[in-house]
Order: sequence, then structure tokens, then C-alpha cells
Amino acid sequence: MEKQLAARLEMKRISIAFPGVQALSGVDFAAEGGRAHALIGANGAGKSTLMKVLAGAYGHYTGTIHIDGQEAPIRTPKDAKRHGVQIVYQEVDTALIPNLTVAENIMLERTVHDMKGRQWINWGELHRSAQAVLERMNVQVPTRKLVQELTLAEKQMVLIARSMTLDCRFLVLDEPTAPLSQAETEQLFKLVRLLKAEGVGVIFISHRLPELYEICEDITIMRDGKLVVRDEIARIPQPKVVEHMLGAKLDGQFPQAERTVGDIGFEAKNITDPGKVDGVNLAVRAGEIIGLAGLVGAGKTELCRALFGASPSATGDIIVRGRKLRVGSPHDAVRGGLALVPEERRREGVFVGESVGDNLTAAVLSRFAAWGSWLSRKKEKAAAAEMIASLGIKTPSERSLVRNLSGGNQQKVAIGKWLLADADVYIFDEPTKGVDVGAKRDIYELVAGLAARGKCVLYASSELPELLGLTDRMYVMYDGTIRKELVTKDTSEEEILLYSTGGMAK
Amino acid sequence: MKTAVELRERRAFNVVELLYKYGTLLTILVLVAVFGTMADGFLNGSNVINILRSISIVTIIAIGLTVSLAVGGFDLSVGSAATLANAVVISMFVWHGQNLFVGIAVAIAICLAIGLLNAFLVTSFNIQDMLMTLATMFVIQGAALTYTKGATISENMVMPSGDFATGLIPDVFSKLGSVPWIIIIMLIVVASVHIFLNYTKHGRYMYMIGGNPEAAKLTGIAVKRYRLAAYLLSALFAGIGGIVLASRVMTAEVNAGAPYLMDAVAAAFIGFSVFGAGKPNAFGTFVGAVLIGILSNGLVMLSVPYYAMDIVKGSVLALALAITYYKRQHA
Repeated sequence: MEKQLAARLEMKRISIAFPGVQALSGVDFAAEGGRAHALIGANGAGKSTLMKVLAGAYGHYTGTIHIDGQEAPIRTPKDAKRHGVQIVYQEVDTALIPNLTVAENIMLERTVHDMKGRQWINWGELHRSAQAVLERMNVQVPTRKLVQELTLAEKQMVLIARSMTLDCRFLVLDEPTAPLSQAETEQLFKLVRLLKAEGVGVIFISHRLPELYEICEDITIMRDGKLVVRDEIARIPQPKVVEHMLGAKLDGQFPQAERTVGDIGFEAKNITDPGKVDGVNLAVRAGEIIGLAGLVGAGKTELCRALFGASPSATGDIIVRGRKLRVGSPHDAVRGGLALVPEERRREGVFVGESVGDNLTAAVLSRFAAWGSWLSRKKEKAAAAEMIASLGIKTPSERSLVRNLSGGNQQKVAIGKWLLADADVYIFDEPTKGVDVGAKRDIYELVAGLAARGKCVLYASSELPELLGLTDRMYVMYDGTIRKELVTKDTSEEEILLYSTGGMAK
Repeated sequence: MKTAVELRERRAFNVVELLYKYGTLLTILVLVAVFGTMADGFLNGSNVINILRSISIVTIIAIGLTVSLAVGGFDLSVGSAATLANAVVISMFVWHGQNLFVGIAVAIAICLAIGLLNAFLVTSFNIQDMLMTLATMFVIQGAALTYTKGATISENMVMPSGDFATGLIPDVFSKLGSVPWIIIIMLIVVASVHIFLNYTKHGRYMYMIGGNPEAAKLTGIAVKRYRLAAYLLSALFAGIGGIVLASRVMTAEVNAGAPYLMDAVAAAFIGFSVFGAGKPNAFGTFVGAVLIGILSNGLVMLSVPYYAMDIVKGSVLALALAITYYKRQHA
């Protein structure tokens, strides 16, 4: 009988700050039971932060949360669950226990919190309850299967099922469709519709505009930690959404230079990596900076890795300076004159336990080795010192460990390694991620400097101002394919974002 | 006031830092002082030589293990490889009447084949090195047992046919396992691997692979090739250890190399922290072996029963590991 009156969730004047960042400033948000609410915004707009506040992940916000008109003081995940707010994060694996069965994972919360004085697990009942939840959701997953054997989509279903075992009045789905195939997305949508019919309010974070229009009734658009628009989704056309997401224009932090562009120096033909990249063709001229645009999960990183031979399952032709290259491994790629500055700096780009000097010379160690192996510390030191000075890396000495440098300086080390290598083709994957403003400008100048020296530069980024400020041309990726090739000076953030979100020109 | 707190913190930090860098050496000094005063003859030249001789086989085997640790691997099969090398080299002389060079060459070749097998299994199946080499450890141990038919090989042994074995172990071979050669071999192995790991391109690559395999791959280092090289070296030094062992005892006992595995592991891990290297290193491994050698020798001289020795050895290892990992967490 409670179901008759739709549940109502209101967040009022929510603000939250982290060291150095005001992540949310006075955001109002409201959602209703029985409806799906789209939450959208560019990277760093604060949508995930807002939902984490709602889920009790951050306790130090200001503002109030009301559920059904009653104030609900949510400060911990437990509070949120008690008030019927459940969240399924994008990284499903962090919330699942892979070596337990589906049933155990679904009933996890209940097993932990509702056992009271009982010491024994009733396996029959556990599986029956889990089965009942799955049937209610109309999902077929065997309850005795181990979670580690499931597909990503099935894992999501298990997590949603876990939410259903609790009081679930509002369900937050954080970019649930990013890793899903078309068919899996369809199944998820069916489930969302079912939940709506049961009176659950679904809050749906996504970058993909078309699907938001398909499944959601309402929309909230955020930008720079603030609310921009809240309305019924049908009343806002797609290009308008994009316009709202953007706002403030770029400032003059990009190096301005006329570039002299030469012949095609780098070409990739029909690059395919099953499930990640699908038939990509691209070409970069000497002295040209080519952008690789696309949202998180569009396949930019996967493409970069495939081009660099870092994905064994990738196929396709790579041509450097007219010569076809056999790229079976990054080792081959480096010998062929390619360089990759990877996205995950600490995991893939630098050796945090080694010194700055050892990091800088890592890719060209042979140059400092007599008879092919005997290292000359003196030569190494000189080269490292020169690179440290020219990149302005802030480090006490070239013997300091990279672990002790700031993110921006670590990134400069990761780039410096390849500058010493003097490659023909430079691939950058989100090089300014997690880097402060000053270091960002330095990195832009480095990239522009490479182009000025006649190198081919491929620059993958999900930051639109960066792409517009730095590149000559760009390819827009969506779902592992190249949607569109754009000339930078004739395009706009709106246009890039439209293609990035799977939209098509009018 | 704030600076006083900072100062105190820094001093506390420095003590940990100092312990970390020089703790092992300090322990050795303390042990030498204690044993030197309590046990007569501990500091005699002959006893020092005795200690060095007693640790040389462990050290050689531990150095091989160190190389496998440097690439982020863990070769548990070194003890078994030493056993097999021991059995092969003695049998070459005793059973087959081969000369010095053939005997040693065959033993080394078989060990390199073991290294190849280990590297192949570890790199192609993505199984944790320690688990994979645990399996090969058993296989090699079994192979050695099968080869010797579970018997000790020695000069003039009774063959299955009922005759006596006629082959002789060359006189020169017995030199390898006696002073000074056994110590010289150990020092050469330590020095050359130390130089290899610290002053050559290849050593640098190995440490980078051990530190961050993904970054090493994306830097263009041929990761698989270097891991293969590391396992070859590891098996090679295990083989040398087994040959020296054979020369020392002049027989091939059942599972003769097995007891050296755990001492080698202990030496290599104690060695991590020596001079603050923070990673497997040849010199540190040597120091670790010296520490274990001094402990065993001194405890024997103090008449501590042999069956209680492992308690002390284990405690020292626990202490060394505690310091290494404490430092890692608080770096």
C-alpha cells in the first residue's frame, strides 16, 4: 500500500570539497520512484561524486537529503542502505567475491547482517531466496555458478539482485552500459523497466545520449560541480544537452604555432582487437598532431595499445614512413620507431621503485652501454640531467626514486623516456590525467615541440578543450570504431561530443 | 614546538632507515662480537675459512635464486637442480668413466634444460612462478631419484649387475670442493652476478621487469626473453652449486641438494635490505649467507644442539623480513 504513493528523493544544496578541489557546490537533485532519471555531465562534472554522497561513501558533505519528505541523514553506506538507496558502481568486480557462488553473492548483505544469533548457513534456503530474487527480476543465472565464471553483464545482474534483497527504493546505476554489448544492454533495459513498474526510482549515469532518451523520463545535467538543468528528458533535444554539458570555453594555455606538415609518416589499416577495437583506419603526417577523441570506454586506450603491439589479439597493418612494420610486441614497436606514453602512469608508464635517471634511460639503454651491455653511469647521468633540466622535472637529483615525485613530474619522466628515444611516432594516452595545471601546460608544449621536429603525434584524450587546443585533426571514437574524422579548426566541442555519444549529424 | 615534533619524527624515521640499511651488517658484527668472546677459537683464521667454506654452496645456489627474484620470479627448483647436477656429474665419472670436462658439461647442459623448462612453463601459462617451480622441483627431484635408482653413487659402488663400478672421479675434480677453490668459486660467482645485475644493460632490464613488468613491456623490453635468461642463470648456478657439492662429498647422495633450498631462500631475502638496496641483489645475498653461516658455526661452538638451530635461523629470517616489509609500507 506504500507503493501507491511514489517515493520521492531530494538532495538539497549539497556541497563537498576535497583537498584542493570544490567537487560539488550547492547541487540540488531530485528523483521519483517509478521513473528513471538520467544524470549526465562531462568528465569531472561531479555526477559520480553526487551519487557517492547519496550512497554514503562520503560523510563530510554539507546540505540535506530528504526521502519522502523526511530528512534522511546519510553519512555512511549503511545509512544509505537503511534508507533504501542502493548503488551499483561501474567497477562491478570491486563489490563481488569471485570465488563464491551467485547465490552467496546475492545474499551477501543478508548473510552478513541478518544472521543475528544463528551460526549455521542454511544452503537450501540461501539458494531458494537467491533464486526467488532472480525470478522476480526475470534473469536467468544459475545460483550455484561461481561469480568468476560470469560475464560482466551477468555480474551486474547479480549486483542488482543483491540490491533487491534489501529495501530498494532508489537504485543508482553508475555507467552500467559502458562495457555491455547491444544485446546485454537490451536485457538491462528490460530490467530497468521492470523495476520502474515496481515503483523503484532508477538513477542512471551514462555518457551515451541515445540510450538515455530510450530509458529515462527525467534528466539532470551537471557541469563543474553545479546543477545546470533539470527537466523532463523529452523536452530537451540532444544537441541542447551537449551544449549544457559544456559551458566555459578554453583559455589560452595551448602553444600556438603554424605547423609545417610533411608526408604521411604513420598509417594504421584495419586495426581490429576483438571486443575492443573494430576496423580502425588512420593516418598521421609528419609534424601533425592528431587527436583521438571519445568518451571513457570508447576504445581509445585499447586502440593505442593495439597500435603499440601491447595487445596479443590485435590484428591489422601498421606502416611507419612507408615501411610496413611487423608489430607482435611493444619490443617490435619500439624498434620500429614507435613510442607510447600509457594512460595508467604508475602501473604502466614508470618504474616507481627506480631512480629518475634509470627511468629516463630505460628505453634507450643500449646507447649508454659499451660492447652492447656495459653501462656507463657517467653518460647516463649526463643524459638524464639534461632531460631533467629541459623538461623542468622537479626532483632533488637524478638518483631520487620516481615514487617520491608528484603526478605531473612522474608523467614528465614517462614522456622524457621517449624523448631520449627519439622515436618517429609518439602515441599519448591521456597524458594530462591527474596532472596539475602548470605541468599540463608543460606537457602541451612538449607535444607541440615534437610535432615541430617533424614527428607524428597521436594524442588520445577525453578532454575536449585539450583536443581543440592542441590538435590539427582528430578521429572521434565510439564503441571501438572511428565515428568521424574532424578538422580541428572547423569543429566545436558540441560536434565532437555529439559523435562521441553515438549521435549523428542532423 | 612543531619543529621539535618534526625532529623527533625524523629521528625515529632515521633509526628505521639505519636499521634497514645496516641492520644485517650490524647483526653480523654483534654476532661476531658475542661468539668471539664466548666461544674460544671462533675468530681463528681456520674457523673463518671454515665458515666461508660452509656457506659457499648455499651462496652459489642462492645467487641463482637471486637472479630469478630480480625479474620478479621465484625459482624453487634450485635445490632439486643441484641434486640432479650432483648425481649426473658423479655418475658420469663413476658409471660411464668420462673425463672431467664431459662430466661437468653434461651436468651443466642438463641444468640449462631445466632452466629452459621452467622459463617456458612460467612465461606461457601465467602461473605464479613460485607455484610452477614448486611443481618442477618435485619433478626434478623425482628425476634425480629415478636416475640414481634411489641409491647413493660413489666410487667402487656395487652395480645392479653385481660388479663393482670401475669409473674413477678425476683427482682435479676433488679440488673444486676444497679450500681455497670452493671459496674462490663462490666469490667469483658473487662478484660476476653483482656486476652483471648492477653494471650491465641486461641487469638493469631484469630489475625493471621485476619492478613493474607492464611498464617494462611498454618500454619495449623483451620481457619474456629476459625472464628466460634469468631462469637459465638460476639453473646454471644451481648446477654449479651441485657440481661443487659433488666435489666436496665425492658421492651423490639422495636429495643432496634439497637442504640448500631453504637456506638459499633465507639468504636471498635477508639480502634484500643490505645497504638499503630494497631488491634482490648478489652482494646482499652473500651477506645473508654469511649471517646464516656465522649463526650456525657460532651456535655449534657454543654447543647449542643441532636440533635447535632452525629455531634461531627462522627467527633471524623473520626479523630480516619484518624490517624489509616495515620499510616498504612506510616508504
